[in-house]
Amino acid sequence: MDSPVGMERIHPLQNRRGASAHVGLTPAPPAIRIALRAGGDALSALSMAIGLDLPRAPKTAVVNGDGDRSVLWLGPDEWLLIDDGENGEAADLLARLAETGVLHSAVDVSHRNTAIMVTGEAAASVLAAGCPQDLSLKAFPVNACSRTVLGKIEVVIWRMADDMFRVECWRSFSDYAFAFLSEAAKDVR
Amino acid sequence: MSAPHRMTSGANRVAGAGRLTPARTARFTFDGKQLTALEGDTLASALLANGIHLMGRSFKYHRPRGVLSAGAEEPNALMGVSRDAARYQPNVRASVQEVFDGMRANSQNRWPSLAFDVGAVNDALSPFLAAGFYYKTFMWPRAAWERLYEPNIRAAAGLGVAPTEPDPDRYASRYAHCDVLVVGGGVAGLSAALAAAESGVSVILCDEQAEMGGALHHEVGISINGEDGFEWAQKTARRLAFMDNVEVLTRTTAFGYYAQNFVGLTERVTDHLASPRSDQPRERLWQVRARRVILATGAIERHMVFPDNDRPGIMLASAARTFLNHYGVAVGSKVGVYAACDSAYEAAFDLKRAGIEIPVIVDTRDGPGEGLLSAAADLGIEVLTRHGVIATGGRLRVSSIRVRPIGSSDGGRKIAVDALIMSAGWTPAIHLFSQSRGKVTWDAENSRFLPGAYAQDCLSIGACNGTAGLQEIVEEALASGELMARATGAEDVPKLSVAVESRAEGRSQWTSGMAGAGEGAGADSAAKAFVDFQNDVTAKDIRLAVREGMHSIEHVKRFTTNGMATDQGKTSNMHGLAIAAETLGKSIPEVGLTTFRAPYTPVTFGAIVGHSRGALFDPVRKTALHECWETNGAIFEDVGQWKRAWYFPRVGEDMHQAVARECRTVRETAGLFDASTLGKIEVVGPDAAKFLDLMYTNAWSSLAPGRSKYGVMLREDGYIYDDGVVGRLAEDRFHVTTTTGGAPRVLHHMEDYLQTEFPDLDVWLTSITEQWAVIAVQGPKAREIIAPFVEGIDMSDEAMPHMSVREGVICGVPTRLFRMSFTGERGFEVNVPADYARSVFEALWERAEAMGACLYGTETMHVLRAEKGYIIVGQDTDGTVTPHDAGLSWAISKKKPDFVGIAGLRRSDLVRTDRKQLVGLTTKDPRIVLDEGAQIVADPNEKIPMTMLGHVTSSYWSDNCGRSIALAVVAGGRERIGQTLYVPMPDRTIEVEVTSTVFFDKEGGRLNG
Amino acid sequence: MLLIHCPYCAEERPEIEFRHAGEAHIARPDAMADLSEEAFQGYFFIRDNRKGEVFERWRHIHGCGRFFNAVRNTITDKFLATYEAGKPKPDLDALKAQKGTSA
Repeated sequence: MDSPVGMERIHPLQNRRGASAHVGLTPAPPAIRIALRAGGDALSALSMAIGLDLPRAPKTAVVNGDGDRSVLWLGPDEWLLIDDGENGEAADLLARLAETGVLHSAVDVSHRNTAIMVTGEAAASVLAAGCPQDLSLKAFPVNACSRTVLGKIEVVIWRMADDMFRVECWRSFSDYAFAFLSEAAKDVR
Repeated sequence: MSAPHRMTSGANRVAGAGRLTPARTARFTFDGKQLTALEGDTLASALLANGIHLMGRSFKYHRPRGVLSAGAEEPNALMGVSRDAARYQPNVRASVQEVFDGMRANSQNRWPSLAFDVGAVNDALSPFLAAGFYYKTFMWPRAAWERLYEPNIRAAAGLGVAPTEPDPDRYASRYAHCDVLVVGGGVAGLSAALAAAESGVSVILCDEQAEMGGALHHEVGISINGEDGFEWAQKTARRLAFMDNVEVLTRTTAFGYYAQNFVGLTERVTDHLASPRSDQPRERLWQVRARRVILATGAIERHMVFPDNDRPGIMLASAARTFLNHYGVAVGSKVGVYAACDSAYEAAFDLKRAGIEIPVIVDTRDGPGEGLLSAAADLGIEVLTRHGVIATGGRLRVSSIRVRPIGSSDGGRKIAVDALIMSAGWTPAIHLFSQSRGKVTWDAENSRFLPGAYAQDCLSIGACNGTAGLQEIVEEALASGELMARATGAEDVPKLSVAVESRAEGRSQWTSGMAGAGEGAGADSAAKAFVDFQNDVTAKDIRLAVREGMHSIEHVKRFTTNGMATDQGKTSNMHGLAIAAETLGKSIPEVGLTTFRAPYTPVTFGAIVGHSRGALFDPVRKTALHECWETNGAIFEDVGQWKRAWYFPRVGEDMHQAVARECRTVRETAGLFDASTLGKIEVVGPDAAKFLDLMYTNAWSSLAPGRSKYGVMLREDGYIYDDGVVGRLAEDRFHVTTTTGGAPRVLHHMEDYLQTEFPDLDVWLTSITEQWAVIAVQGPKAREIIAPFVEGIDMSDEAMPHMSVREGVICGVPTRLFRMSFTGERGFEVNVPADYARSVFEALWERAEAMGACLYGTETMHVLRAEKGYIIVGQDTDGTVTPHDAGLSWAISKKKPDFVGIAGLRRSDLVRTDRKQLVGLTTKDPRIVLDEGAQIVADPNEKIPMTMLGHVTSSYWSDNCGRSIALAVVAGGRERIGQTLYVPMPDRTIEVEVTSTVFFDKEGGRLNG
Repeated sequence: MLLIHCPYCAEERPEIEFRHAGEAHIARPDAMADLSEEAFQGYFFIRDNRKGEVFERWRHIHGCGRFFNAVRNTITDKFLATYEAGKPKPDLDALKAQKGTSA
């Protein structure tokens, strides 16, 4: 995504690639991210504004029809909105949310987080090197998402497909996250 | 019967015996001697095959020792094993370590050689080295403990030698979740795993050995489902491994059983391989969360306790049987047998059938189980019932035994042997059950503890549950597998059946036996009858401990060190307990068991550390501007996990010169600084100001949007917790900054109050520390530097005075522009979205550099702020400093009815006027820079201990002041301004004057200059 | 590592996602500014540190971020219940009876 004046975003994991026979590690493209906080009363108005039903069930992500925008349940009044940024900027989304007039907090965290795509048949076992949650399909199905721990850092893990996870972390932890996952990827049998 | 045929992989291989392939050899060395093993050998079996029984020296007496067991319980045969110079592991159990081609093994605890060990003089001195010797002897004179005794004891103590080079191997870790974890892959574990797995639930099956099978390693003559038992085990393991819902882990020890079915496993991945792949970890730690656990950990054979029972060549009967039946190795050519239970007979028969002479079976009992005497007779083996072994001969290997009827006092009959195998019975391996906090019960009939009440969702099956008889074990195992599968939600649980047949069926393998000292090692005996081989604890030592007043088994254990060696008393605990109980005149359950603690067997540090070493030891956090500083020659310092630019030396400059230049340049022109690491929290909602009013001492409700203020945050007890500048972006939106180190805890602290004390406030907190990179531009030319890049913000002093904040655009990207200063100069903090930070920096720096500005780091930042008397929380405060102490009373709102710390701050101790207060210090000699942390006194001639008034918190050379400056906390400090105080140092006493905390631009005019 | 049931996430999660946060049900006095020193001491410093069942606070800090309360036995480490912050203290005897029958 380009900035308003064509200034390119410099990804903290610029040019990083990692892979083994069973797993791929790829920095996710830059995205718009909004930390959205609101009480139950505001949810339908906010859902209207973003064109997506804010999930009320814990550990759940929803994706829009085009697949370019998603909302992840992080807590009972907390969501992470991720948009690929092809159709506007963070400011547009913030404005649209503000226009609802309902009680909420929307904070631009597009640059706070970065993400690593962990793909392949061994994706779950690579994450299991450092994530204490049960990542089996039964316990952590497609579109399950959760803030949790990976090694020594906090991450948000979102299963986007059977064999694809998105791992969101704060940018200064992305070096660690990538190195950890790369190390774990070596141990895939 | 013909003599056993000898092969190249050791003179003691028995043709046709064992399960190894003679053609597959591996070469290794032992104490430098080249030897040949077969693939699949353990170090112990390979050494025995080569006729080597002497494998180590005992810890205390340096007595020659051979291998006792064929498994993880081994107390004696500990060795140093290396693959290469960096891969050296001490205290490896020879009975567990598999031989690989190129392995080097060395004996330990001996000098100069294993056969001739100077330390063995301790054995001759043993009358003086009884239990408790160290506690009693080295008490006097007191001073000698530190200087003489302890260093020498420490030098002589220790088992094995720690490796000197860094561990080059990788260690992996894995969290795993399953419905059923089965620990132990013998008949019971395999059957249980199969039953559970066939129902579709997820199963992890682990076993510490290289191959599944458990006791089938030594038990022959068992057929399961019509085939050889061991073959069935391998087939079953393969079948399980092939199933999607099953993970089969060999060479994997369940070492710890923690709360809620959390079980730690270590898998040894490469220790048995000649050339591991570079991407293979040496070990893998599994942290398993199992909904149900099935413990099938088997039983451990006990040795007999009799005089000189520790000579090389004396070993457990099951070990001899394993060496023969699995490894094809004869442990001797003339093997005596000493038994208090039936299973030793089976060993004797197996050995005899393999052509090994069995001169005698000595049985302490009136007779063995049914049929055994006639079986022995059929094989031509003499059996002496109600007899004991009262002595053994041989120096580096047993050469004879002396036997006599129990209760007689004659000298006995001497029988020549070259090995003695023994069994006092079997101890159920209840270690993990006990770790799970299950309660054990005493089975008096068989002198053993068994699992009693369960504390967790687990079941014990097979030998560890005291179940005897193959048929019973299999039925129990299948039932447990089915039960656990149902308990975890399986609906369709097939009914399995496994048909077993045993040559030894009907004879009780796991029951009966004895615990305690045998004939010749009774209370009146001075003989060395070892209970704990590894720690050289004898029956006599345990009696001595009881006599000296150790009446609790935990005390006996610590006094004698029984069971405290690396083997944790797997073979010795029951004997020690029985002897203590007998001496105390109590029953065994009355005396009770010592606590079983994790780990079951030693765990490497590597496995525990896992991936967390080197670059992954701790996250290294770099700001979005890191590369900019790197390119411009920054030296970095660690601030928590962050790397921060410390200073920017130019060619020829040392740190002092670089910092002095940076300090001058900022005040004369301007400087750019990375303030990105400061914590940032966006506080949003209609009650945002109300919330901040509660969190900080200051009043926020009255702060106009577009303005900012320095805030002080207290804990409830009134002490400073954090500080920072807070800007109001809108009525309902604040941009809060925290200290770098305080960022996570401040957010936690605020969330705590918001969620639990003030939940009715409509406000939310979001960390934006990493959303915004912050370039501080400070100095007289700060505005001039950034002005051309800024759009939509009037930066004039009138429109944007000191302590204000604006949102706009810089270099085409959004910015939150703060006018603020931590230097005392006109300054701005340019917040930009982090991904744009480098581009924005490059634009600003190009212009700034041309205007004569500099880059500066944290050291210059520290000096400049100290020149102005601005505190750093955590440096000038330490958790016991109030805002009054720090000279920040002005920041406490007098009007607010409440804020966190309001009550604490009013406590009588916190309003004392003689509290330590923050002041400035100037040395009389302006060139002297005080040491931070140095103590301050009023009278340097006072007798030690002097009355300490306080200490130096910050101290620097200030080029701008042309002298050193310091901040300090001093009792009643503000009253002392102008006084002379002293800083006593080891080499001199430094005279200082107490001053105000502001050293530079006292009027503060430069903020707008 | 314990498993802790987060009342907001409605499932058991590994302990390392949580942070312990001290004794529960200690209300911050309303009139803080007028609090006597003695009352402050009782509120801020004095804790029961009981052996057995305790009411304590946890935060699912690396999860949903919520503070909640728990009843835990400090000897067995077993949780008898977890419940949302602000909810009243559950009845201990009833909880124990309930656990006793289900165990």
